[in-house]
Amino acid sequence: MTGSPTDTRTGPVAKTGPAPGRPRRPWWTSHRRDQLAGYLFVAPQLLGSIVFVILPLVLVVWYSLHEWNVLAGTFDYVGGDNYAQLAEDTNLGGVLRATGLFSVGLVVFNLALALLLAVLLNQKLRGTIVFRTLFFSPVVVSLVAWTIVWGFLLQDNGGINGLLDTIGVAGPNWLRGEGTAMLSVVVVQVFKNVGLNMVLFLAALQGVPAELYEAAEVDGARRMRQFWRITVPLISPTILLTSIITVVGSLQVFAQIAVLTQGGPGTSTTVLVYYLYQQAFQFHHFGYGATLSIVLFAIVLALTVLQWQMRKRWVFHES
Amino acid sequence: MSRDLSPRTKLVLYGVLMVLAIPFVFPTWWMVTSSLKPVADIFAFPPQLWPTDPRLEAYQRVFELQPFGRQYLNSVYIALVVTVGTLAVAALAGYAFARIRFRGQNVLFLVVLAGLLIPSEVTIVPLFQMFFKLGLVDTHWPLILVPIFGAPSVLATFIMRQFFIALPGELEEAARVDGLGRFATFWKIALPLSRPALGAVAIFTFLHSWNLYLEPIVFLSSPEKFTLPQALTQFVDAYGGPMWNVQLAAASMTALPVLAVFVIAQKQFVEGLAHTGLKG
Repeated sequence: MTGSPTDTRTGPVAKTGPAPGRPRRPWWTSHRRDQLAGYLFVAPQLLGSIVFVILPLVLVVWYSLHEWNVLAGTFDYVGGDNYAQLAEDTNLGGVLRATGLFSVGLVVFNLALALLLAVLLNQKLRGTIVFRTLFFSPVVVSLVAWTIVWGFLLQDNGGINGLLDTIGVAGPNWLRGEGTAMLSVVVVQVFKNVGLNMVLFLAALQGVPAELYEAAEVDGARRMRQFWRITVPLISPTILLTSIITVVGSLQVFAQIAVLTQGGPGTSTTVLVYYLYQQAFQFHHFGYGATLSIVLFAIVLALTVLQWQMRKRWVFHES
Repeated sequence: MSRDLSPRTKLVLYGVLMVLAIPFVFPTWWMVTSSLKPVADIFAFPPQLWPTDPRLEAYQRVFELQPFGRQYLNSVYIALVVTVGTLAVAALAGYAFARIRFRGQNVLFLVVLAGLLIPSEVTIVPLFQMFFKLGLVDTHWPLILVPIFGAPSVLATFIMRQFFIALPGELEEAARVDGLGRFATFWKIALPLSRPALGAVAIFTFLHSWNLYLEPIVFLSSPEKFTLPQALTQFVDAYGGPMWNVQLAAASMTALPVLAVFVIAQKQFVEGLAHTGLKG
């Protein structure tokens, strides 16, 4: 791609189009040459996407109709059996409930805290950069390392209950109780990644023109009212973006569950990805694992479409 | 909302910020201090915020129990290869989708963009079978190839495209009039200008690879091939219970270097991520 451009009229036409007599328009024009460059530039990404994303997605459907036995080396067509199993799976209700609870809990808690932190950091206050660094720091801490420490803190005799004990409160066994296990997993994940959304909100808040607040001040609007009437509508594109990122991310949660609760107690923290992993890679039901993958994909797709629709209704303007 | 605040409000705000900072800072503090405690003091009551009898025993045990140095190297080199690979793939594709007109461009862009909707968790079963048939299970190839071309790289391509669309094109046009070819224009003119976007993409790609957990435990089975997240969970006693101080020592060694880089370059981290394409 490094050669000189071949202009159709003045360039070295003779090289590509040896046209004796009347000057003919050569086939190999600079436009075609540029088109070729375009295809070559996107080729690695395009071919990679086809091999490692699109093809596997098609294969998921194919595999969901089969049962693969790695040890016996058999791969048998089983028709709709895996889907029948899906309909009869008594765990599935609990799994979907855990998945939903985790996602809703994470999105609400994460966005609310991110917005609160961003608003606090957007004040005229010395040293906010230090706090911004502190709030953001867990984002760069290795996910499993962060989860292990929290697992350690949340043990029955761990640091959190130890600190609660010193003020005379008996803490629960966080990771073993039905309700507290889910709460713990959500909280651990929120503190890990809320810094990311906080930074996006902060950038959005800094883009809100100060004149708007001054005008509202003149009109005597109170701070809370200003926040809901001016700030929230103006940063709504960012709210939408962060909620999409957070929802899709919440459906991918795996390490935290595997390290903290292994899906328990019961199925109370068995989110879909963890269940999929158990079925496919612990119990070696690859066909059923593929079927669960389709359920996961359907949920991701449905939520994305839903949020795209909401954008039209709620989002104030597009940046 | 940047208005001048009264000293009283400022004091309240500082108080609120400090309380809010506890759950962000305390876990890291607790991780490092506990890794220095002897086993007997790990669950001591009242909790020791500062180890009374610090020792480095647990750090020694980390290397005795696992080929931890090798595992560290695995994680570092995989993350670096994935980062460089993603930058190359995404910068080229992002540039072409933003700057070059070619037939079928929009359709091809949609094909690539579909990758954003398909997280690798959805395709892990067929990916495992594909790599199994190629004899690449228990190698690092799946951990390198899938991120370079899968969902994370698609996001990178999208960010690069957004960046190049927003970048004024006069300089590149001038270069092309001067006779520079497409690749030379990209390499010598556009790429140096896209350093902020490349930085942001590099940071989140590195962190994504560094944090991968599902893929390593699915694909890898030999301890000397493990990556750090996977290795961290292997420090268990004969009953399967975690050896806390050893695990926390390994976790500290995993977390602290990246944290140090972050503190030094926090401006690039935070502002890079906030201002590059991600804003929508």
